[in-house]
Amino acid sequence: MISRLTASLDFHAQALSLRAERQRIIASNIANADTPGYQARDFDFASALRQATGQATGNGSGQFGNSIATGVATGIATGIASTVMSPGGRAMPTLRYAVPAQTNLDSNSVDMDRERAAFVDNSVKYESTLRFINGSVRTILDSMKSHTQG
Amino acid sequence: MSMLRIFDVAGSAVSAQSQRLNVVASNLANADTVAGPDGKAYKARQVVFQTELMGAQGVMGAMGAVGKDSEASAGVRVSTITENDTPGRRVHDPKHPSADAEGYVTFSNVNPVEEMVNMISASRSYQNNVEVMNTARSLLLKTLQIGQ
Repeated sequence: MISRLTASLDFHAQALSLRAERQRIIASNIANADTPGYQARDFDFASALRQATGQATGNGSGQFGNSIATGVATGIATGIASTVMSPGGRAMPTLRYAVPAQTNLDSNSVDMDRERAAFVDNSVKYESTLRFINGSVRTILDSMKSHTQG
Repeated sequence: MSMLRIFDVAGSAVSAQSQRLNVVASNLANADTVAGPDGKAYKARQVVFQTELMGAQGVMGAMGAVGKDSEASAGVRVSTITENDTPGRRVHDPKHPSADAEGYVTFSNVNPVEEMVNMISASRSYQNNVEVMNTARSLLLKTLQIGQ
């Protein structure tokens, strides 16, 4: 019974850690906006989440994974194509290199407009995932209260 | 906690950009410096940025096990400071105490317009990274309040 309550929590926890990962990658891109030769990187959140939940929850993946819309983020081309496990045992998302909208003499492919938009988008979605987690926690806590506690 | 590494990454960028601002400030301060008795005037300087892989995984990478995680958080550092070798501006002013035998005074080769543009670019990048740190801070603080 409790596993049904925590299944959605597990899913959102995976989503939250992927959001944190993406936030860090975008922060790296913004930090290297002026570095010559730096190639901007990103990952496809939908497929990374499907992969992460498919490995972590097994049966639960059908419930959540299929509802995620498919589609590769625009402007991101295939780059490194292998999955490496993080120290925590979680699969790291496959990083892809950005295709620059405008070429640059120093071959830096960071597009600050796109990075800033992705950063804000990612932080808003991180916060919404946090709210989902808070909602799940509150639901679990409420279900554990006895009727006399009010 | 991968979010905590954002502070390392953005912090390295902020310090690199502040070093760039420092170099711009010394270039602008020396924009009108004339050559001394040795005939060498101040030369405009410029920082060169380089990507630096950060965090504990980077140490692991040095030991041979290169993980994707160490590639993911890329900070910045100033690798070298280069000097501009174009000859300085020469002005004919025989009365100037620093004039050479032909009556020419050699000024530094700083181009103030270039430096001002460089300064604006550096301060914008600095602001971007400060914004990144502020966002990461507020997200982490909200993460700490899960379940409260």
